[in-house]
Amino acid sequence: MIEAVGLTKRYGAKTAVYNLSFQVRPGTVTGFLGPNGSGKSTTMRMILGLDQPTSGHVTIGGHPFRSLPNAPRQVGALLDAKAVHGGRSARNHLLSLAQLAGIPAARVDEVLGVVGLQDVARQRSKGFSLGMGQRLGIAAALLGDPQVLLFDEPVNGLDPEGILWVRNLMKMLASEGRTVFVSSHLMSEMALTAEHLIVIGRGQLLADMNVKDFISANSADFARVRVAEGVPERREKLTASLTEAGGQVMSEPDGALRITGLPLPRISDVAHEADVRLWELSPHQASLEEAYMRMTQGAVDYRSTADQKAGLQQPVGHGYGQPDHGAPQPQVLEAPQQNWYAPPPPGQNPYATAPAEPAAATADPTERDTSEDAR
Amino acid sequence: MTTPPTPQAPSQRQAPAPQHSPQTAPAGPYTSPIPVRRATLGDAIASEWTKIRSVRSTMWTLGVMIVLLIGIGLLAALAVNTVDSDLGSTPVLSLGFFGVLLGSICVITLGVMTIASEYGTGMARTTLTACPSRARVLGAKAIVFFLLTFVITTVTTALVAALQTAMIDGAAPSGGEWLQATVGVGLYIATLGLLSLSVGALIRHSAGAITIMIGVVLLPLVLAMFMFTDSLAGLRLALFQYSIPSQLSAFYSTSVAESGPSGWDPLWIMLGTTAVAMICAFVTLDRRDV
Repeated sequence: MIEAVGLTKRYGAKTAVYNLSFQVRPGTVTGFLGPNGSGKSTTMRMILGLDQPTSGHVTIGGHPFRSLPNAPRQVGALLDAKAVHGGRSARNHLLSLAQLAGIPAARVDEVLGVVGLQDVARQRSKGFSLGMGQRLGIAAALLGDPQVLLFDEPVNGLDPEGILWVRNLMKMLASEGRTVFVSSHLMSEMALTAEHLIVIGRGQLLADMNVKDFISANSADFARVRVAEGVPERREKLTASLTEAGGQVMSEPDGALRITGLPLPRISDVAHEADVRLWELSPHQASLEEAYMRMTQGAVDYRSTADQKAGLQQPVGHGYGQPDHGAPQPQVLEAPQQNWYAPPPPGQNPYATAPAEPAAATADPTERDTSEDAR
Repeated sequence: MTTPPTPQAPSQRQAPAPQHSPQTAPAGPYTSPIPVRRATLGDAIASEWTKIRSVRSTMWTLGVMIVLLIGIGLLAALAVNTVDSDLGSTPVLSLGFFGVLLGSICVITLGVMTIASEYGTGMARTTLTACPSRARVLGAKAIVFFLLTFVITTVTTALVAALQTAMIDGAAPSGGEWLQATVGVGLYIATLGLLSLSVGALIRHSAGAITIMIGVVLLPLVLAMFMFTDSLAGLRLALFQYSIPSQLSAFYSTSVAESGPSGWDPLWIMLGTTAVAMICAFVTLDRRDV
């Protein structure tokens, strides 16, 4: 059990984490999501007592990390796959950590086997690929067979097989009753691994909810319909007919309609019966990834200027004839009824109803729009 | 790279503990079947010994130091032998001085690297996650490094001194002189290394800390050489007397300056300085973000 209360960290003028409060419970994988530079790693470091919070506190099992008895036997962490001395062999690296924590040396060979590095155990870690480095970091985290595990971006650099392995490992560790806290900037990965999600942007809590709730709140199929322009009453007519036919109709800022609850052929039929000409009738899917990006779009620190990804999220350009980028398909509910996600006007926080304080990044009280450097 | 076909936590293998069906929250929190033992300073020392012996930089710096000590010591003895000059009042053991002075640079490098390389690689975070007690980590590093350099310096200087006394006919050094030129020098050099270690902990940057330490060793003498004005004569003398080469030469009963620290005084000066630096290093390690 990890508990953070009002955690705040400032580096000079830059606020990395602001008033973050959350709990990570045992027995489930808790995903920690946020864009680059949103304060995930800083939070992880504060949990481990490596960085001192400017205010607030964080405890593991009721104790701050640095005053935990037998800390390495209770908490294991992978912070950075490259945080090893490259000149040391994988085995010696783990051996030194095991000795430091009073763990029997035989355990080193066990964890090397668990992560599949037994064949390169005596090679210097300088030559390791990023994926091998991640495995070495995971081995170090598992060394103490701890009850609480923290992983910062564990799937970075892993091949698909390795990603699957990490995913299963996390789930299995959690099923044993451990607290597993995994950070990532990939919503798709977390949707498959985690049961609970904590989403932060610019160091503030955006959402703290079950993955299932997140999916039902954020994922939906919809059809986009545009009526021939110039005759506004046709649009009203079609809206009325579609609502009558059992669909839910919402208006998009550019005049198009978003329809849920009706299959595309039925929409076409209704339009035909109502004698309304259509200029567009297209299927769309709001993926979790999109929902996540919309949620964090106001909280992205590092945004390219020429090719704004966030620009794709504007309703105007929304998915116009674009395939789904091959993005992992979210578990789509058959008929999203009440909770279905309506795209907000740009800059508005969709999470007005989230249990988290709707800390819209636009209403960020600290307003850090200058000197956004790393961390 | 191979992946274990069935990812399995070792704990499952070891303990046929209550099996939970996956995805359902188990009854209680996880407890490891591996017996929990409180880690001690001894564990940290074992860990630091593993660390220091498993990187090549240790072998290189200490190897170069041994070569310098023996090589320069023998060359000096050979030179004295060939020209057949009379050493006069200069004790035979003082021929080891030049080798030790150069070798101290290796000790400085190793001392700085022992801790600064952890910051350079990010290993410090891993270490301090595995052992949150900063005092234990710093203490273990200091003990392992000090003992290692003390043993190597003492043994090598003793070997060189034995060879030199065998090669050159002169007044046989007394037991006290022997002790000073071997154990004394070993303690002094190891403490100088410890000072470098604490500077490394303060600066957290290998190159920077090594540069500072070499400056500390050489700069006072160099500065003193350029102080011509009479008004600075007092400072000049102090710089001469208390510069590290001059303090080191006191162990050979031949001081660069005629007055100043003699006998075992340099060791006490160095120990005091290092104690202060170590306390500063601990305080910053304890307070600063890693």
